[in-house]
Amino acid sequence: MHIVVCIKQVPDSAQIRVHPVTNTIMRQGVPAIVNPYDLFALEEALRLKDQFGGKVTMLCMGPPQAEDALKKCISFGADDAVLVTDRAFAGADTLATSYALAAAVRQISREQKVDIVFTGKQTIDGDTAQVGPGIAKRLGLQLLTYVSRIAEVDIENDRITVERRAEGGVQVLRTAMPCLITMLEGTNEMRFAPLENMIHAARYPVRKWSKEAAGIEDITKIGLKGSPTVVSKVFGPTPRAEKALMQSVEDASPRDVTLNVIQKIFTQHPTLERDILAKATV
Amino acid sequence: RNLELPEHLKAYKGVWVFIEHDRGVVHPVSWELLGEGRKLADTLGVSLAGVVMGGADEALDAIAKEAYTFGAESCYIVRDPVLKGYRNEPFTKGMTDLVNKYQPEIVLLGATTMGRDLAGSVATTLSTGLTADCTELRIDPATRALAATRPTFGGSLLCTIMTLAYRPQMATVRPRVMQMPDADPSRSGVIVEDRLAMIETDIVTKLLDFIADENNNKVNLAYADIIVSGGKGMKSPDNFKLVWELARVLGAEVGATRPVVQSGWVDAERQVGQTGKTVRPKLYIAAGISGAIQHRVGMEGADVIVAINTDANAPIFDFAHHGIVGNAMQVLPVLTETFREHIAMRSRKAA
Ligand SMILES: Cc1cc2nc3c(=O)[nH]c(=O)nc-3n(C[C@H](O)[C@H](O)[C@H](O)COP(=O)(O)OP(=O)(O)OC[C@H]3O[C@@H](n4cnc5c(N)ncnc54)[C@H](O)[C@@H]3O)c2cc1C
Ligand SMILES: Cc1cc2nc3c(=O)[nH]c(=O)nc-3n(C[C@H](O)[C@H](O)[C@H](O)COP(=O)(O)OP(=O)(O)OC[C@H]3O[C@@H](n4cnc5c(N)ncnc54)[C@H](O)[C@@H]3O)c2cc1C
Repeated sequence: MHIVVCIKQVPDSAQIRVHPVTNTIMRQGVPAIVNPYDLFALEEALRLKDQFGGKVTMLCMGPPQAEDALKKCISFGADDAVLVTDRAFAGADTLATSYALAAAVRQISREQKVDIVFTGKQTIDGDTAQVGPGIAKRLGLQLLTYVSRIAEVDIENDRITVERRAEGGVQVLRTAMPCLITMLEGTNEMRFAPLENMIHAARYPVRKWSKEAAGIEDITKIGLKGSPTVVSKVFGPTPRAEKALMQSVEDASPRDVTLNVIQKIFTQHPTLERDILAKATV
Repeated sequence: RNLELPEHLKAYKGVWVFIEHDRGVVHPVSWELLGEGRKLADTLGVSLAGVVMGGADEALDAIAKEAYTFGAESCYIVRDPVLKGYRNEPFTKGMTDLVNKYQPEIVLLGATTMGRDLAGSVATTLSTGLTADCTELRIDPATRALAATRPTFGGSLLCTIMTLAYRPQMATVRPRVMQMPDADPSRSGVIVEDRLAMIETDIVTKLLDFIADENNNKVNLAYADIIVSGGKGMKSPDNFKLVWELARVLGAEVGATRPVVQSGWVDAERQVGQTGKTVRPKLYIAAGISGAIQHRVGMEGADVIVAINTDANAPIFDFAHHGIVGNAMQVLPVLTETFREHIAMRSRKAA
């Protein structure tokens, strides 16, 4: 079984700060990590490999530094890694990103037929959840998004059955491989990388593909040029006009403070009082 | 990069909303989007339509009728046995065929697991722009293009995105971000029926089963009228019971911040914020919550926010309406008791 897992290198958003005056992202010193959602996809791929044998190939589009993210995945047990990296890809929105990644998957499948492509549910920076569906459509793969469990893989007949998170329940879907799965978070736990894997990963020669090597046919479809969306403005959230009405239990008893708050909100919002009276259980 | 709209795309007119329904229930986000779509259509001076796709035995006409009451002037209905139960392939085909035939300039979908799945594949098939998880939709006066604003970097910044040289312009919006419009039962509209050029044997993916969530109707945080939320300032799962107690008295739902969910004090479905639910209750009581931007973006649409925090400089007080500076472990029981008395008194009066 040959599985391709797409990962994105993202800034560790827990550590991102926004400049209070210029409203720009302060990236300096913010470590880059593997998009946390993608690790659920990788772990699922590794489990399929444990079970059925085969190979897991990592794929990432990004700047040269993204090599580190791919090495991290090698340390967890992935077999091979391809970094699609070229200035021409800069400024890509999701449509242009899925075009480039689809071309690279096609290229990888020329080396060895691909059975499943995995992506994460979404990233923590762009956060659109659009790249997975985009790659699937471009490659004509069956699309399975928000997969919470892989129920059954029938290698002989190239069939797979999964559970997919939907509103109010779970869909059980059966489809044919090759397919593209976007893996839901919290569905598994990433394994530890043993020391020898880390050493192997550090030395691993990640393959770097330019746009030519990645098999890009139409250069008007990649990067900024191939992106229909235009970011027209970036700005900070507007502060609310007035600050909260503040009271402190230092100045009055908790009882007086809470009475005061309740009176105020019910005077200002009489319908709220009615709603509460209708529902409350005293 | 060419940002001019090519001549052949200028014919694209009108605003569409994908009406999401599953097993007989329309997702309220569709009505919220019709409310928003109505404003966009009025600004542009074009019409607003709903798109309803579903199985042969589903009440699609009734859904269309309801869509009119929320502002749609027409509904495109695609009725076919293969459209019973959502699957990507036939829905993508149905939607892209409709768009190519009738050429709307704007297509809006809910940012649900169905809407995002469909939007992503429809936009790719049509080779057009798609803006995810928007919190505000406007028409840019200079270009008459859709200016879609979304939070980025966990909500610390907002950015406005436009699709200038491609049509349609597509966007997804989360449930509860837009206000629910008032239904006007006197409104009506017209139905345009279309066929799906696809049969079951064309479709590779089969829907074997749907397992409904057991507690489906128990936690509906996004649509709760009153929410009592607790943060890490509650200190322990034991103290967190104070949050539940106030919620019980008020008939409210319980919400929480991400660290509370990560500590396992409450289920993940109760998380409010950027990576949790967006809520829009009439009353939101926040106890021991700092008010980080990722939490704020999920709840600042509440009509009234009451915050309890020991730190008078906590960010939550920048956007709460009523702030109580104090220890939640001390204030919450008193607040619960005061509410209880007030309710008891008022109920007696009403009786
Ligand atoms: C603040 C901000 C807002 C944006 N808003 C939009 C928008 O509304 N519409 C739009 O079209 N573009 C938008 N973009 C651009 C978009 O983020 C980029 O196109 C990005 O390359 C991919 O999108 P994503 O991060 O949303 O990925 P998602 O679609 O959320 O990613 C899903 C999965 O696809 C895979 N994947 C994504 N990117 C890569 C990659 N480079 N290499 C390998 N695998 C990958 C991963 O497995 C990931 O888990 C935005 C960018 C930023 C920074
Ligand atoms: C990508 C990303 C996504 C995120 N998504 C979300 C999300 O969806 N939802 C979310 O909530 N967070 C989210 N976060 C986390 C967010 O940044 C904050 O860390 C989180 O909201 C803080 O939770 P908190 O207020 O409970 O805890 P803390 O920040 O620890 O704040 C505790 C507060 O309680 C107060 N306090 C302490 N003791 C008491 C007491 N005895 N009585 C009263 N008050 C007391 C303190 O003064 C403090 O203000 C996200 C972060 C990232 C990086």
